[in-house]
Amino acid sequence: MKLKLQVWRQKNKNAKGSLKLYNVEADEHMSFLEMLDVLNEQLISDKSDPIAFDHDCREGICGSCSLVIDGRPHGPQQGTTTCQLHMRHYKDGDTITIEPYRAKAFPIVKDLVTQRTAYDKIIQAGGYVSVNTGQAVDGNAIPIEGGIAAKAFDAATCIGCGACAAACPNGSAMLFTSAKIAHLSLLPQGQIEHKSRVRKMVAQMDKEGFGMCSNVGACEVDCPKEISTDNIARLNREYLSASLGAED
Amino acid sequence: MLNSNVPPGELSTKWTEYRSKMNLVAPGNKRRLEVIVVGTGLAGASAAATLGELGYNVKCFCFHDSPRRAHSIAAQGGINAAKNYQNDGDSIYRLFYDTIKGGDYRSRESNVHRLAEVSTEIIDQCVAQGVPFAREYGGLLANRSFGGVQVSRTFYARGQTGQQLLLGAYQSLSRQIANGNVKMYNRHEMLDLVKVDGKARGIITRNLLTGEIDRHAAHCVVMATGGYGNVYYLSTNAMGSNVSAGWRAVRRGALMANPCYVQIHPTCIPVSGEYQSKLTLMSESLRNDGRVWVPKSIEDAKAIQEGKKTGLDIAEEDRDYYLERRYPAFGNLVPRDVASRAAKVACDEGKGVSKTGLAVYLDFAAAIQRYGKSEALTQGIDNPSASAILKLGEDVVRKKYGNLFQMYEKITGENPYKMPMKIFPAVHYTMGGIWVDYNLETNVPGLFALGEANFSDHGANRLGASALMQGLADGYFVIPYTIGQFLSKEIRTPNISPDSAEFEQAEQDVRDRLAKLKAINGNQSVESFHRKLGKIIWEYCGMSRSEAGLNKAIGLVRDLRKEFYSDVYIPGELDEYNPELEKATRVADFLEMGEIMIVDALNRNESCGGHFREEYTSEEGEAKRNDADYTYVAAWEWDDDGNHKMHREDLEFKNVELKTRSYK
Amino acid sequence: MRWIINLLTSSIGLKLVMSLTGLFLCTFLLAHLAGNLQLLYNDGGEAFNLYAKFMTGNPLIKFISYGLYTLILLHAVQGLVLASINKKSKGSKYAVSAKGNGSWASKNMALLGTLILFFLLIHMGDFWWAMKRNNLEYVTYDGVEVKNLYKKVQISFKEWYIVLAYMVGLFALALHLLHGFSSAFQTLGLRHKKYTPIIKGIGYIFSILIPIAFAIIPIAIFFSQN
Repeated sequence: MKLKLQVWRQKNKNAKGSLKLYNVEADEHMSFLEMLDVLNEQLISDKSDPIAFDHDCREGICGSCSLVIDGRPHGPQQGTTTCQLHMRHYKDGDTITIEPYRAKAFPIVKDLVTQRTAYDKIIQAGGYVSVNTGQAVDGNAIPIEGGIAAKAFDAATCIGCGACAAACPNGSAMLFTSAKIAHLSLLPQGQIEHKSRVRKMVAQMDKEGFGMCSNVGACEVDCPKEISTDNIARLNREYLSASLGAED
Repeated sequence: MLNSNVPPGELSTKWTEYRSKMNLVAPGNKRRLEVIVVGTGLAGASAAATLGELGYNVKCFCFHDSPRRAHSIAAQGGINAAKNYQNDGDSIYRLFYDTIKGGDYRSRESNVHRLAEVSTEIIDQCVAQGVPFAREYGGLLANRSFGGVQVSRTFYARGQTGQQLLLGAYQSLSRQIANGNVKMYNRHEMLDLVKVDGKARGIITRNLLTGEIDRHAAHCVVMATGGYGNVYYLSTNAMGSNVSAGWRAVRRGALMANPCYVQIHPTCIPVSGEYQSKLTLMSESLRNDGRVWVPKSIEDAKAIQEGKKTGLDIAEEDRDYYLERRYPAFGNLVPRDVASRAAKVACDEGKGVSKTGLAVYLDFAAAIQRYGKSEALTQGIDNPSASAILKLGEDVVRKKYGNLFQMYEKITGENPYKMPMKIFPAVHYTMGGIWVDYNLETNVPGLFALGEANFSDHGANRLGASALMQGLADGYFVIPYTIGQFLSKEIRTPNISPDSAEFEQAEQDVRDRLAKLKAINGNQSVESFHRKLGKIIWEYCGMSRSEAGLNKAIGLVRDLRKEFYSDVYIPGELDEYNPELEKATRVADFLEMGEIMIVDALNRNESCGGHFREEYTSEEGEAKRNDADYTYVAAWEWDDDGNHKMHREDLEFKNVELKTRSYK
Repeated sequence: MRWIINLLTSSIGLKLVMSLTGLFLCTFLLAHLAGNLQLLYNDGGEAFNLYAKFMTGNPLIKFISYGLYTLILLHAVQGLVLASINKKSKGSKYAVSAKGNGSWASKNMALLGTLILFFLLIHMGDFWWAMKRNNLEYVTYDGVEVKNLYKKVQISFKEWYIVLAYMVGLFALALHLLHGFSSAFQTLGLRHKKYTPIIKGIGYIFSILIPIAFAIIPIAIFFSQN
């Protein structure tokens, strides 16, 4: 199939970017990124600058790939990362617009590549259980109800790709932050620190320049791991109770 | 002859005794000692976090934009541990024995036993970190079983165990970053190792965002940089996975051990075309219910390849369930190396079932029927209709493998509930790696290698769910102790200066290397060379190898390398974000790594585990080991002129008896 | 006291204020509607005028109403400030805007809020200010003189453009409520598998019925005179 691509090209962080038009011949069995590979091989053989995009595992789990395809982070298919989107969802003659994530906290590196270190900073602010190696009790010492463990797991499947902040009209990181809060606070191991954790992580999230959640729900729709905004309600609840209940 | 520094004593108490007599570094001194950790997968992240907790000054490097993206994240199945929670007779010895046997008797007993010992602590540690392992109704940890063993010892978090374990380690690492014990360098790639007075004292990195070349000094260097599976271009590794850190260490004197041991995983989604960039694994667990087959006749296979027939058109009696036929005792659940080779044999006979002829069926129709009938019984449905059975059966299969089936459909566009899945083996894991002794220290003092990057624990074939175990064992429970053996002698060494002549020289070497690559300014893309290399290695040093083929391949790889250095084209500049340049340095190293793999495969005149030499087979075509001549580790020293020198470490088996593996 | 500032300046605290003031304004809508429906009584405005006198004369009510004005202002000003912060946090916009992820209303709460604010200014200018300025006619019920706000309403709603302005304002209010009502509960963290669908259901009914009920008044008055 023949496709027209409108791709955001931007030399570096400070340069001005714009959409450029490319033609590419794709096969229906290609993944979206393989289609871009083909285009890049073309560009390289013409000795022009290939399109930079982040990608690594290409099986939907590392969270590297990050394109916004026709306005949707990771493209139109529900619960699917860009690397798992396949070209059979397009037809001959389609025009596809590809842009980088847009959120102030994710500055553009080049073309479609953004810097998502802000998410690491949020985790560093408290997204962990403070247990040193060797301090653990037996794994079966604390039973955890299957349903609770499953809920914690659902939240923990977040791949940190940044699609939530990219989809959010406010560039908010609430879905990401809340997924980690929910994962840890649902488990008994994470309970001990949950009051200080939620306050520190929210403070860091604000500091990184993410916007506020206005409950639009776009994050949930575009999250490739289908993480629910239930977690955001939990974060709000825990944050308020921690702020009001703590002695400081 | 290499000295593996295995401490004396009984196998079962060796580690405990050694640990309690080991040299220690006092807390005050730890604060003054600097450690570089390269890589943030399971081994690297857990090592950096634990060393940070102990009080060392850690500098940690990864080429990703975040340490959480290392490819350990993609491991699906699970992690083994000798917990014996299921009361099914598991023990440390049994895990040790299974791993030695699974590795086809080509691993070091003492290391494997230590691995089995610490396996139980890993589970405790991960649970304490909040890893949401699967649980039973009563709230206790659940287990499942994997290929090659007879107990249930695999802990799992749905199909995302690697992700959950890595996030646990990443979070621990984040905590150490936050409290200042670890300084994290994202998007920094190690391009060289720096030795001062024979000891590893630092690395040269390239800041991938800006292209800056930096020197980083420390008292020692820990490499946890993963395997070299991407030599094959197509593998289940991530696109960025590379051997460069390890290979640069080899070029500075470390040794590459058993590079020909590569694990080819039998159940991956087949290649669909020339543009293919990577392969996707379908979990081994599918072989519990799926039946592997090809058509009996070549005519039927041809018709399928040409699209005139589908698997559904082949009658039951015209199908060859070749694993069940050849290995009645284990059937579809033979170990990975055996299943992979059998698929290759079927396709070589022309019975492949895809356009390319390189695929076999993994069929769930029988399982759906079986589950459907038993489900109808339990639900009390008398005389269920065929469609009702189908629906009930599909529901059961969906519950067990739903996410895998969904992934298959996303990638191939075919519905695996209706059509049999097409699968083909793909490169998955490399058992070979940097040679290390019992302390995980290489032959270069002060240089350590952990996880898939080293060679130590899996011999010639790795069992399922053991890679995660080894990565975390090395990082959480081995290196934090054994590093003290080296560092305790360094407490009087002041901070290593990055301004010494050695650092200057190493930096200049890197700059020269990059400038040389850029200056070639040829006509072919880096990617095209990588593809060509992958094809050569897959063809001649893949699922089966022969002397003639390997000899041919050496020439092909050398020619390709020559062509690379005269015709590769790298767009962009050196001092900017330049993914093509990153690829070029990696492919340059793969082009050398490929050669050493072939050299090793040629040297090893036997078939064992992932290394199958066509000349060394039993009458039934099964792998034939040569214990008399090859019970050793081959560790290679690189030579630019092609006279690579082999160093030997003889393997002693005092606690297990060497036997032929049989699955008939 | 530091903790209050920390809480109220955090992203969630700022949202908390929006949520609580929003919910309070919802209860006001109910009360206001109950009072205004008296305009539809067939008593020449007596009930309504007495009600209006009560609402402007009682000191407690007066106190509450000034509180109300403050909260409306707070809700409006803070909402606009947050919208502008959020806009900055987004940076630039996408060239192609996606369909299907998030309702239009949820993404345009500031715009809707601004429309409602303008509507409120018109509404208050017309009636509240008229009441204050003391230039309304008087009418006497049982010997008590009260301002004839009822007549003022009749005069205003005779004009089609005023009625149209009310329709626009109330439509904006409906959209604003469609998102705002359940959103307020989400911000407070009140979400539950069983109860949230009920809250959402009530929210839909509330956001549609209340503006319709308000809208009936000007329409009815308009058609009774034209």
